[in-house]
Amino acid sequence: MKVGLSENKDFLSGLMFMAVGAVGLYMALDYPMGSALRMGPGYFPNVLSGLLILAGIYCLIHGLLNPDQMKIAGNWSVRALIIIPVGTVVFGLLMEHTGFVPALLALIFIVAYAGDEFKFMEVLMLAVGLTIVCTGLFIYGLGLPYPLFQGY
Amino acid sequence: MELFNNLILGFSVAFTLQNLWFCFIGCFLGTLIGVLPGIGPLATIAMLLPITFNVPPTSALIMLAGIYYGAQYGGSTTAILVNLPGETSAVVTCLDGHQMARQGRAGAALGIAAYGSFFAGTVCTMIIALFGPPIAEMALKFGAPEYFSLMLMGLVTAAVLAHGDMIKSLSMVVLGLLLGVVGTDVNSGMARYSFGIAELTDGIGFIVIAVGVFAVGEIVSNLGDKEERRFFTDKVKNLYPSWADIKQSSGAILRGTAIGAFFGVLPGTGPAIASFSSYMVEKKLAKDPSRFGKGAIEGVAGPESANNADAQCKFIPTLTLGIPASAVMALMLGALTIQGIAPGPQVMTQKPDLFWGLIASMWIGNLMLLVLNLPLIGLWVRLLKVPYRLLFPAIMAFSCIGIYSVNNASFEIYLTALFGVIGFLWLRLEMQPAPLLLGFVLGPLMEENLRRALLISRGDATVFFTRPISLGFMIMTGLVLVVMALPAIQKRREAITD
Repeated sequence: MKVGLSENKDFLSGLMFMAVGAVGLYMALDYPMGSALRMGPGYFPNVLSGLLILAGIYCLIHGLLNPDQMKIAGNWSVRALIIIPVGTVVFGLLMEHTGFVPALLALIFIVAYAGDEFKFMEVLMLAVGLTIVCTGLFIYGLGLPYPLFQGY
Repeated sequence: MELFNNLILGFSVAFTLQNLWFCFIGCFLGTLIGVLPGIGPLATIAMLLPITFNVPPTSALIMLAGIYYGAQYGGSTTAILVNLPGETSAVVTCLDGHQMARQGRAGAALGIAAYGSFFAGTVCTMIIALFGPPIAEMALKFGAPEYFSLMLMGLVTAAVLAHGDMIKSLSMVVLGLLLGVVGTDVNSGMARYSFGIAELTDGIGFIVIAVGVFAVGEIVSNLGDKEERRFFTDKVKNLYPSWADIKQSSGAILRGTAIGAFFGVLPGTGPAIASFSSYMVEKKLAKDPSRFGKGAIEGVAGPESANNADAQCKFIPTLTLGIPASAVMALMLGALTIQGIAPGPQVMTQKPDLFWGLIASMWIGNLMLLVLNLPLIGLWVRLLKVPYRLLFPAIMAFSCIGIYSVNNASFEIYLTALFGVIGFLWLRLEMQPAPLLLGFVLGPLMEENLRRALLISRGDATVFFTRPISLGFMIMTGLVLVVMALPAIQKRREAITD
């Protein structure tokens, strides 16, 4: 089976390793290397970045040489990949500006939308139920110092 | 007898009402998340870690440890009933356990898994009690070169024994080490890889990566793969294996315990390796190997004993050397650090109540799991029927609150979202995140010990090979690499991990 480069897992892993290694090496060039006796802050990151670039080259070639075994298994689940992180970030923003309860409700409503089924009443009950449980457990039970509502 | 005095001290600590309660909570939570596929002990402990700050150190560790070994019990339940590994270590249990369930012997399979795990847990409690103190005593003599060589050995074994391509796993270790560099350099005070972001000068939190990859990334991945779950619930009757079953599996339980204990002491390996190895051994030793995969009870008893033995013996390197032997153990040490206790060989002498209390609680916890689990099977089955669409928002909620409570700031939340995306990419590209996490934890320690070792030896790198203990670790590291690179073993390794 012919597998394109965009579906070749070792090719892509190799690219990722090389990219991180290159950025790491570029930034680490500014850090003093020091000597073997007195290693500077740059020694360890330089060596590691170099190793990572080499490893990346290996993976890339390995992927190119065995394209038939490199098909990525599973779906990209683009919908979840966007919605879940967005929900997480919204939770962070709301925690700072509107308080614990709205943040939690928003989080649950947004991430639930990433599932394959979204029944409004079910999600509403889940969100309210979880918020009550979490408030009881974390705010009253464990005494975490977060305002339930703020900024109105 | 010092051993008995120590154990008596341990049981007197573990048998207080408070510690029994935390042990119970830990075991219960552990079984719960063990039963549920898609959330493992790593993510759970990471979520709960910040919260343990309000709990006394011994109780906190007792609870977290309970989650860890409880998950090994729970994982087998799902494997047997649903043919889905509740935990990665239960993958092999699916093979024969689920077949037994299909033949109406789910009760015997569940029972033997619990008995085997309990036996392994008891033996390993004794092993820790016997060998912990001498190892810690030896470790007190370790200098920087020994620590560096030992950590190198741990990282290499972790990478080599992980699933999939060996070079790729080693690269993940290096990537983890590099991520560990982020933050302020202790020696020079220089901020490295901070991208001018003030929060990053403190480094990336281990919990952020653990929850990002193992909770958020997993959820994204699970939502992509729609899987039908089939149940064999109506047949869970007669929870007690027959006398013939026990006789047939006693050898497997003994061997599984030994294999698990061996891999457990090795830093870097996970319980999955131990259970795989045990399964292969049982299949090799069986008079009729063709029974395996069709409901052979040894195929359940051996691996289940092995993964529990491994999980418990992981505490030996962790508690005696202060070096996390796996990613979960890194969280245990994190819990110690949160409480202001520096991990290392001195913990055993300075905090004997904590060390021995934890050991004793593990045996009590295993007993609780044995007594409670079998009657609670009905509850776990009902839990498994909760659809994933209701489960994952709850996991997200607990994760986010846990992460936020690390620093009471949103920065970590954003970072977790980022690592969720990256972690999903890793999962899809089959880049193993477990070796990366170990590298991330050990990175700063390794750099520190490397620098110190070379400072003591005046820049002479042969110091790692001239000191006997350090040389021993280096030889082991080399051996592991060479042996695993041999073509014959490479092929078998692929066959096992497939």
